[in-house]
Amino acid sequence: MTEKSFPSPYDQKPAASAEGWKDLYAYNLVFQENRREVEEAKFWFCDSQHWPTVTKPFETIGFEFAVSCLGQYNSRHLLIPPANGIEFRIHNGYVFMSPVGVPETEIAARVPEFMARAGHYFQNWDGLLEKWQGKIRGTIDELNALSFEALPNAVPLEDVTSGKGLGPNDELLGNFDKLVSLTYRAWQYHFEFLNLGYVAYLDFFSFCKEVFPGIPDQAVAKMVQGVDMELFRPDDELKKLAKLAVELGVDGHFGNTENPEETLAAIGAAAGGAEWLAAWTEAQDPWFNFTVGNGFYAHDKYWMDHLELPLGYIADYIVRVQNGVGIDRPVAELVAERDRITEEYSELLSPEQLAAFQGKLGLARQVYPYVENHNFYIEHWTMGVFWRKARQLSKMLSEAGFWPEANGMFYLRRDEVRETLFDYVTGWAVGAPAIGPDYWPAEVARRKVIVDALSEERPQPALNTPPVVITEPFTLMLWGITSDQIKNWLGDSDAPEGEFRGMAASSGVAEGPARVISSSDQLSEVQEGDILVAPVTAPSWGPIFGKIRATVTDIGGMMSHAAIVCREYGMPAVTGTGTASAQIRTGQWLRVDGNNGTVTIVEDHGAEQDVAGLAHEHDLALAPAAAAQLDAVLAESSHA
Amino acid sequence: METATPAVTATPASHAAYIQFFDGGLPPLHEQLGGKCASLVALTAAGMPVPPGFAITTAAYDAFIREAGIEKDIHEMLANLDPDDVTAVDRVSAQLRLEITSRPVPAELHATTIEAYEALQSRFESPVPVAVRSSATAEDLPDASFAGQQDTYLWLLGVKDVTEHIRACWASLYTSRAIIYRLKNKIPNEGLSMAVAVQKMVNARVAGVAITMDPTNGDRSKIVMEASYGLGELVVSGQVTPDNITVDKVMLMVVKHSIGDKHAELVPDPASKSLVEREVPADRRGRLCISDTEITAIAAIAKRAEKHFKCPQDIEWALDRDLPDGENLLLLQSRPETVFSSTASGSIPTQSAGFGIESITRSLMTQAGKA
Repeated sequence: MTEKSFPSPYDQKPAASAEGWKDLYAYNLVFQENRREVEEAKFWFCDSQHWPTVTKPFETIGFEFAVSCLGQYNSRHLLIPPANGIEFRIHNGYVFMSPVGVPETEIAARVPEFMARAGHYFQNWDGLLEKWQGKIRGTIDELNALSFEALPNAVPLEDVTSGKGLGPNDELLGNFDKLVSLTYRAWQYHFEFLNLGYVAYLDFFSFCKEVFPGIPDQAVAKMVQGVDMELFRPDDELKKLAKLAVELGVDGHFGNTENPEETLAAIGAAAGGAEWLAAWTEAQDPWFNFTVGNGFYAHDKYWMDHLELPLGYIADYIVRVQNGVGIDRPVAELVAERDRITEEYSELLSPEQLAAFQGKLGLARQVYPYVENHNFYIEHWTMGVFWRKARQLSKMLSEAGFWPEANGMFYLRRDEVRETLFDYVTGWAVGAPAIGPDYWPAEVARRKVIVDALSEERPQPALNTPPVVITEPFTLMLWGITSDQIKNWLGDSDAPEGEFRGMAASSGVAEGPARVISSSDQLSEVQEGDILVAPVTAPSWGPIFGKIRATVTDIGGMMSHAAIVCREYGMPAVTGTGTASAQIRTGQWLRVDGNNGTVTIVEDHGAEQDVAGLAHEHDLALAPAAAAQLDAVLAESSHA
Repeated sequence: METATPAVTATPASHAAYIQFFDGGLPPLHEQLGGKCASLVALTAAGMPVPPGFAITTAAYDAFIREAGIEKDIHEMLANLDPDDVTAVDRVSAQLRLEITSRPVPAELHATTIEAYEALQSRFESPVPVAVRSSATAEDLPDASFAGQQDTYLWLLGVKDVTEHIRACWASLYTSRAIIYRLKNKIPNEGLSMAVAVQKMVNARVAGVAITMDPTNGDRSKIVMEASYGLGELVVSGQVTPDNITVDKVMLMVVKHSIGDKHAELVPDPASKSLVEREVPADRRGRLCISDTEITAIAAIAKRAEKHFKCPQDIEWALDRDLPDGENLLLLQSRPETVFSSTASGSIPTQSAGFGIESITRSLMTQAGKA
């Protein structure tokens, strides 16, 4: 084995104009100078699956809450015997993670605790999950009730006469604290079931690997995966609306969806339009609480706030309905395929094994819907409300002169926002201007330069020396970071030039022109027949999955969003390639092999001219010259 | 001719007893066809892409021996033969084989054979080369599972060449090795017979074998295939290191592969109108000789054969250069896999029984290397 390592964060210089970047983040989030020895002893991998781009100071709330709550459930609620939480740091603007093991001596004592706690959840899964629904909806309702209005010149008279004794400043400060604490609460709920879902999946997965050595990961995923998920509802709603538009004959009014008001007005004025608008309104709550991003960025666009997005997707679907192309996910086929796969493996098992197989599969199938659906409730719905409220606050303070741009607040740490609110409230109270408007505009501008400079550079895939083998279950399951993957990142892969290797996440082979997308804002560039290449994808990119032919991502495992969605759409996916999105250029002709986990740049294809983009069959086993030679031999012999 | 029995007198109906076309719709009777031909008939009947051909049945061999009048000679010469006296065995073997290859074939049988050969050729626009292979009835020959390899004559052109090699196959019942094998295993010579397959030659670009299980561990969820350039004979006889590919049988996905050296290939030589073994250039050696699509097709056909015969199969296949993509995969043989056939379960025995929280805990510990 090579002694190869990734660079130490202490030896990496940031870009020149990013000097001082550490001050943008809280002290506990960065690698502190005097902790060099401690930090260098750990292996850190970059989580570009969830945080593919630089996080602005306010946006650290996403990974702080998410990863902290993940850890809380492993370490303190469930006492998962071999695994504590995951430490996180921010380095040059990107998020790095390091799993925390449990000391050898403490593992055994945690076993009975884990069995009692996790066992209770598995035995009472459906009832507890129903309670969960209530808790999360209640939290979202509370978040929705928050508002951040500019303070009035005077306290309303009725508040004075009623003897309320409090000004609107009190509620404003309180609302910010509630915004933060309710979101923290939602992230705890997020992990209440998720880790359990993964361990049940892992149990079935390990069993399959033991009885059928080398069974493809996606065989296991396909046996467990459901087809009727709430996570797919938003996209399904759009399809329903597209079909309804055609049915009602209002499909001619989707020409300019960039202007939602005009489009909706035109539809409303048409015959049958009222019925369509009613269905459209009905679908919005809650299904348009859906982001084109992943819920972790302030700039993520939610359908609810950008009606041009769902309208545009509906317009695309309408065209396909008009052309007689099926737009529905092949649900019946997916179910039939899942049953076939399950049955064929079952037939090979002894009676005792079959009992274990069915029991484990049954549990995995029971817990699996949560693994998918929580994403809608938290990342999409809760975070959609969170960011909407945060943007409202930022805009209000911007209008009060704290920063020139509506979204300037996201360059502040959340505790700085609290200070700033108090500054605003104090200025209002004392009747003298707040200090912020003289402080923040320049500081926000300075920070913006730093964030932009950090964004110019891609992160290292990992830091420091990797362990010989990766055994941490969550690292493997959620991030797909295997020992082979690390070898790949270190350039030890034996993949030839122009070939990328990753996880065979969804089966099939496809060819087409690459479309490299690094942010959800570029989604409109995706053309019919493209192969999507991205650092990471979000399931909310659903509507473009109907257009593309295959997906390639830099990071992500068998249960990553891209993998799940591609299996749902029955198209090939290779995930966790490490660097494909940085090295592949839009327009290059790609061959994606979802059976073997390889992506090949097909040279000399002249892909740039190939607009039609029809699938090309290449027989890679035989070079054209050799084939011609053999044909010649053959022609001769048949004359003989 | 005076020993001709009523059963083989020249009534047209009796010709069927000598010849059975693979696609003739008659049942695959092992005792008339031998293992190889019975399998080819069964595969053809199951709709598998088997190259066309016919069997010269055991009845034909029996008729030949009877009419040639050597039946008694054979028994006498083999009686009291000491299997350890190699010189004596060699002498007997040489004599018997000479008898078989030199005695005239009954006219009726000869005519029937020519008729069948021409009927086969009439299916093609121009004459095609054929392979002639022995098809033994199981225990008569050593290495029963490799019987097909012992006496295989490839790329034969013209009826004379074919009839000569049919006799060569018959004669192979009396190689020294075969005689010693039967003597040592006390297999009687009475009723000893052999069928012969005459089959259109494949023009193999790539060929190989596939087993519908992993022979290294008995895992029946896998198909393990070997593939090399040219005809499959070099793979089967172990003269080349083929590509080795393991496919998941349910998903038909490649699980692992290794690229073999494949230094030589057996291909037709137009000049000599025969097969030549030639060196494979480095660039073709260094990559898999079959594409993913072809791997999937081979795995699918192996799986089909297993399903049809209801037990693990060991198949031989070839990709024919003369046929278009999608129709070029041919099945040359399918026989039961014998090594693991006694294994009750198709999976690897496991420790991890049960399910629920106990097994979840165990899995977690195992995964983390703490179990």
